[in-house]
Order: sequence, then C-alpha cells, then structure tokens
Amino acid sequence: MASAPAQRLWQRRLVLTLLLAPALLWLFALIVLPHIDLALLSFRARSAPRHYQPSLNQYATFFAEPLYWHIFVRTALLSAAATALTLVIAFPIAWVITKVAQGRASALLFVVCLIPFWVSETVRALGWLILLRESGVLPALLVRLGITAVPVELLYHDATILTGLVYTSLLFMVVPLVSSLESLDNSLIEAAYDLGANGLAILRDIVIPHAAPGITAGCIVVFMLTLGNYLTPNLLGGKNSQWFTELIYTQFIVRFNWEQGAAFGFLLLALSTSMVALGLRLSGQRFVDVMRRS
Amino acid sequence: MTTPDLEVDCLVKRFADHSAVDDLSFTVERGSFFSILGPSGCGKTTLLRMIAGFIAPDSGDIRIGGRSMQAVAPNRRPVNMVFQQLALFPMMSVGENVAFGLARRGMAKEERGRRAAAMLERVSLAGAAHKRVDELSGGQRQRVAIARSLVLEPTLLLLDEPLGALDLKLREHMKIELKQLQAAFGTTFVYITHDQSEALVLSDHVAVMNRGRFEQRGTPQDLYYQPATAFVAGFVGANNRIAGRVVRSVGDVAEVATAQGWHVHARTSGAVAPGAAVEAFVRPEVAVLERDAALLPKEHPHHAGAVQSLLFDGANSAVLLTEELSRFEFRVALPQTGRFADLRVGERIFFSFDPARAICFAAAAAAPH
Repeated sequence: MASAPAQRLWQRRLVLTLLLAPALLWLFALIVLPHIDLALLSFRARSAPRHYQPSLNQYATFFAEPLYWHIFVRTALLSAAATALTLVIAFPIAWVITKVAQGRASALLFVVCLIPFWVSETVRALGWLILLRESGVLPALLVRLGITAVPVELLYHDATILTGLVYTSLLFMVVPLVSSLESLDNSLIEAAYDLGANGLAILRDIVIPHAAPGITAGCIVVFMLTLGNYLTPNLLGGKNSQWFTELIYTQFIVRFNWEQGAAFGFLLLALSTSMVALGLRLSGQRFVDVMRRS
Repeated sequence: MTTPDLEVDCLVKRFADHSAVDDLSFTVERGSFFSILGPSGCGKTTLLRMIAGFIAPDSGDIRIGGRSMQAVAPNRRPVNMVFQQLALFPMMSVGENVAFGLARRGMAKEERGRRAAAMLERVSLAGAAHKRVDELSGGQRQRVAIARSLVLEPTLLLLDEPLGALDLKLREHMKIELKQLQAAFGTTFVYITHDQSEALVLSDHVAVMNRGRFEQRGTPQDLYYQPATAFVAGFVGANNRIAGRVVRSVGDVAEVATAQGWHVHARTSGAVAPGAAVEAFVRPEVAVLERDAALLPKEHPHHAGAVQSLLFDGANSAVLLTEELSRFEFRVALPQTGRFADLRVGERIFFSFDPARAICFAAAAAAPH
C-alpha cells in the first residue's frame, strides 16, 4: 500500500494534469495535428489520380522559381522594417504612459491605444482605404492645401502596407514595453542623471538594458503577427502587396495545390523561427527569460 | 576664511497646499558632517532634491563651493547623491557602477577601471569589481553606492536616509562605518534622516526641521541638552512631556501645574508669565528613583508613583510610572547598576529630578505630530 505522502504527490499530479488538459488538448488538436498533416502533405507528390509518393518537388519548385524567392525575402524584410518602426513609435508612447503621465492620465492613454482594437481588423483596414484612396480624405486635403495639383493615389505602396502593419501591431509592442518600463525604478534614472549622464546615456545604459526583455518580447510578437498577416497587406497593398501569405492562400484556395501550399507554410514557419532565433542571439537573450520577464 | 561648501539663501518651495521649504537660509562648512533631522513630511527630502537639482526652488539661491546653482542641471552639479534605495544599476557589475560617473566624464576605460578599483579598495571592497550587484550584502551595497559617488570627488555628498532600508543590527554597524568613511575622505556630507539616533551619532552639526523651517541648528549635544523649542525637546531623544500652566516663577525656575493638579518644577526657556500654558520636558535619565523618600536629594521636590510597566532593554532599560496624584505616565531610566532590577508592577516608588535639568516652553500651536 502506498504511503500517505506518496498518495498526496499522486493526487497533486492528477490535479495538475486535469488543469493543464484543456490547454494541452487545444495545443495538440489545433497546432500539432494540423502541422503533422501539413508536413506529410508538403513532402508528397501526386503521381496519378489518388496516388501519391514521397517527394521534395514542392520545395524544389520554391527554390527554382525566382518570384517565390523574391516574395519570401520581401515579406521578411518588410516585416522586419514594420517591427523596427513599431518599436520606434511604441517606445515613446510606453515611456509617456509609464513615466510622464500620472494616475488617470496614464490609464487613459493606455485605453486610447486599446480602442482601435475594439473594431475588427477588416474595418480598420477599410478605414485606411477611406482615408488614402485617390478620391479619399487625405488626397483631397493635399489638393486643398496646394501640395499636389491633382489627387494622388496613396494606396498600394509599400509605405501604405507598412503604415497599416505598424498601426495594427502597435498595441502588441506597447503592452510589453509598458510592463518592462513600469518595473524600472525612477531613482535609477535620477542616479544616472546625478552621476553626470545625459538623456542619451541614460537611455543607452540604463533604460534599454532594463527594458531589453520587453523590447525583445514585443519585437517577437509583432514580427510574427506581421509576417503571418494576410488581410492588411492584401487590402492596403492590393496587387502590389506580394505578401507570402497570399502565395499560400493562392495555392490552397485558388490553385487547389495543397501540397505546394503546405510547403510554403512550412517555409514561412522556418523563416519566422530562424528570424526570432537570430534576434535573440543578436540581443543576447534567452527565449524563456524573455517570455517570463515581460 | 574658506567659502562654505554649501550656502542656502532664503530658499522657498511651495506645493499646491503648503510650503515644503519655507524661507530657509544656512551654510555648511567644508569637511563637516551635517544632518537634517525631521519627521516625514517636514520638507527635508524636498530640500535635498533642490540641492541635488531635481527640483527647482520657487525663490532663493543655492551656492555650492561659492558657485550659484541656478540653472545648473543635476548632471553638471559638483554634488552627488546616495539614494534611499541606493539605486545601484542592476544591469552593471559593481566596477561598472563605480566607474559610471567617470565614463560620463569621458575618461578612458583603463583609467576609470583603475580608479574604480582603487575606490573599492578604500571602502573595503577590494576585488569586488566583477561581482554582480545582487551578489552583495546590504552593507556592501551601501558602500558601493557611496563609492560610486565619492569616486567623482564631489564638493558635497548628499545622503537621503541611506540606512532606512537596513535591519537594526546592520544599521548600527553602518552608522559607525559612515562616520569613519566621512572622516577618511573629508568630503562634506549632508545627511537627511528621521532617525534622531543616526543624526546624533553621525553629525558634527544637526538641523532639526519641522514644517519647512529649521527649529534649531547646533551640535548634537546642544540639541540634546539645550533644546531651543518644544518641538526639538520632544523630537530629539526620549522625553517626558508634561503640559500645564505656570503657577509661579522663582528666578528661572517655574512651578507648573497640570490639569490633574500635579506640580512639577522646570527651568524656563524664554519669558513665561504666571498663568501661561507651558510644556515641561523631563528626560528619563534626569529623574532618580528611591524606595525610601528620605534618601532622595533634599533640595529637589519629591514625587511618588506606582510602577505601571517595566521596559527592560539592557542599558536603555526604563520604568513607566503612574504619578500618584494625576495618574500621569512618567518614564524614568533605570540605573545601570541593576539596583532596581527587582522592581515589581504595582509597587509604590518615589522619584525626583533637578528642576535645572528639566525645561519648559510656552505652549505653541506647533506641537510635535
């Protein structure tokens, strides 16, 4: 017969397993299972109707076709640019929320960042369409102010896509930055100032090292969201967007070539994983620390 | 005569509803240890932050080493501050912490490493340069914080209750260490605290601050034996505070009657007319105890009381008596000889004190809070 402490341990394990069960089930059914299936799909080729054999054809197609390559690299670079831009814009916002605004003003600012997320991403993107299209608000304003002679089309540029992506991602950068800046003791800033540092030195030596986990976490989240975003590049960039997720969509839905789509999906996964790993390596951080501290 | 390291001239700082610093003027001599002692909210932190440059005064001037600090930013003042929570940089090693200010002055890496190591040696932390801040004990961190400031050779070192976060034993130890450090470096220290024992032990001069003003400035001995106001008498050291009215005055000794009818005698500070409301202060160690009233000094008035509680604290032991006539609670220090170690609660005992060593002030609105 088991001793009492051993039985208690067993009971605690059972409770823990039951509590974790929904999350594990969700992870398994919606993430692991489909990915196993996609992996199998991506590594096979149809030899005859209803007959398949293992193959690397899909991956070979990707490397052989320059257009696919081009879109892949372009998506990665634009996502990185959007992430960097989001960081540069979100940092002052987070700074004002945590260190400048007091009490209610600070809470209010945070809510202002949150409000756009009460409407769906589609509606937000349509808002940009209303503002930026040739017959829209901003081109008309530019004509009225005499800056341009005729209304210009502001949609379908890379800058438009970047604007939309930054706007969509801002909150996901602000939240981890706010939580990491909140834990920064103001007296550290004062001490550095007292010891002769100017604003730039304080930012470089005190604030950024302290906020590094928050910065990394925000960048990871924003980069992944941007890379996998379909709606915003598609609506704001139109035909010119050339976003990698659109290739995947085309393969699955338009071409009905699930094998090729699955291969593209895995390439995108590999891209995001390696970029995140590279970012962590460059900033000298560990993934577990970043996720725990932010 | 050398210029004082710190001259404060008619300094005023008002916040929305009150004056934090109310028309304050004082000087601090070179190489001295100057403490500002006051309860929380008396304005001492505001004063210190104005000297450091974090708060701009409404009016008045601060001169450090003879130079006016108006429009001089904190990072350009010849002043460094040791913060209450020390504010060591956790993202840097101990050596980098100490070298931080030197790096900001553009000193070469080798030179500042050498100076930081030399400074750490002077505060008995030789070889700790590569440690992380969180590997140090509370006392060691304290020394790093002081080293980080002193390595810049400031005219003035400001200390904002740096011992507040330490436990009692370490605090006692750090008091001695701070005093020795100040003597060794010869830097002028301006220290703020609400702990009267820290101020008395450490300082050459102490200013007692209350409601934005200095109640009294002087040596620790002056404050203790010659308090200038009722606030100082109540705030510095233990004191029995007896409120009453003057019945008559003989020379500079007044007879004070409490509302309950207990009569005590005390030296007056300033003119006190008969009938005036006063507060008399008697230190616990001034009173003497006897079981037999006949053994008390003949020349001093005698009082009787019952032992209410015994407050044993080694050398600081005291007994709390209830005076017979008025039920007034009166604290008397127990002699170090252990003569009254056998006192029992409820026992009747006699006590007296020299009126010349007790002091009374006209009762002011400004009572200690």
